[in-house]
Amino acid sequence: MSINPWPFINGAYGASVLFLAGAGWLVFKRYRRARRRLAQAEA
Amino acid sequence: MNENVLAQGRTAAKGGWLHYFANPGRFLRIVQPALPWLAALSLMLTVTGIVWGYEFAPADWQQGNAVRIMYVHVPAAWVAMAGYAALAICSFFSIVWRHPLADIAAEEIAPIGAGFTALCLVSGSLWGKPMWGAYWVWDARLTSVLILFFLYLGHIALVRAFDNKAHGYRAGAILALVGAINLPIIVFSVQWWNTLHQGNTISLIGPSKIYITMLYPLLVSTLGFYLSFITMVCTAICAAINERKTSALLLAAAERAP
Repeated sequence: MSINPWPFINGAYGASVLFLAGAGWLVFKRYRRARRRLAQAEA
Repeated sequence: MNENVLAQGRTAAKGGWLHYFANPGRFLRIVQPALPWLAALSLMLTVTGIVWGYEFAPADWQQGNAVRIMYVHVPAAWVAMAGYAALAICSFFSIVWRHPLADIAAEEIAPIGAGFTALCLVSGSLWGKPMWGAYWVWDARLTSVLILFFLYLGHIALVRAFDNKAHGYRAGAILALVGAINLPIIVFSVQWWNTLHQGNTISLIGPSKIYITMLYPLLVSTLGFYLSFITMVCTAICAAINERKTSALLLAAAERAP
């Protein structure tokens, strides 16, 4: 009997979406914080 | 700065553009306005590629629906390798010309590249279980990609291991350049050794062994992953430059204070 591939497909796509969204969000947050701190330091 | 610029007051005749764009301030002025556009384009292409691969691409006659994992696994693998090549190129510029932007770029590429490599390993394992009956085998392709992941981790750790940042950058650059030998090993591992991992399906110099209904979503997904990587790295570099500027301003203010 062949194994049902859908849990593995869902896992691979879930990991991809989580990684891309998570990493993108973390980088964006860091960028926003860096810009805000620079603006405060320049003021 | 390049020695020609210092000695002669002009950019070098050969590769002058390179030194021109290696200025962190100039990089910030050029790249920062493009970031929202890059982010929008990468989001659009990645979502299109993922949805196309998951929902609309046809199942393979042999692998069935498990082939859908290819639309995230293969782009992640290509980005992981391209990211390491970019890391090695930045390291070369850092060692030869000591460009500060090359050091910053190398430091920011490594964690993002490591993330894509981890994604490649995880999605590959999830493909391996229904296809091979095992999450992991010590196959040449899998092992060489695992080594790539460790090289990324080594670079991340080494750059941050020194009190003097310049020493960390130099040690990391040497590791990245030595580790670049792993890239051709990954690419040719399926030809040099008898591996369980399948051979190259897509070729730049010959006919590809993939039908267009599968090739198009793969290309869109790949383009989306590449653009996502570029956008993340550029954003991280801009953040790092801004952080350095803030530190310099605060330090100058502290030194001026009575």
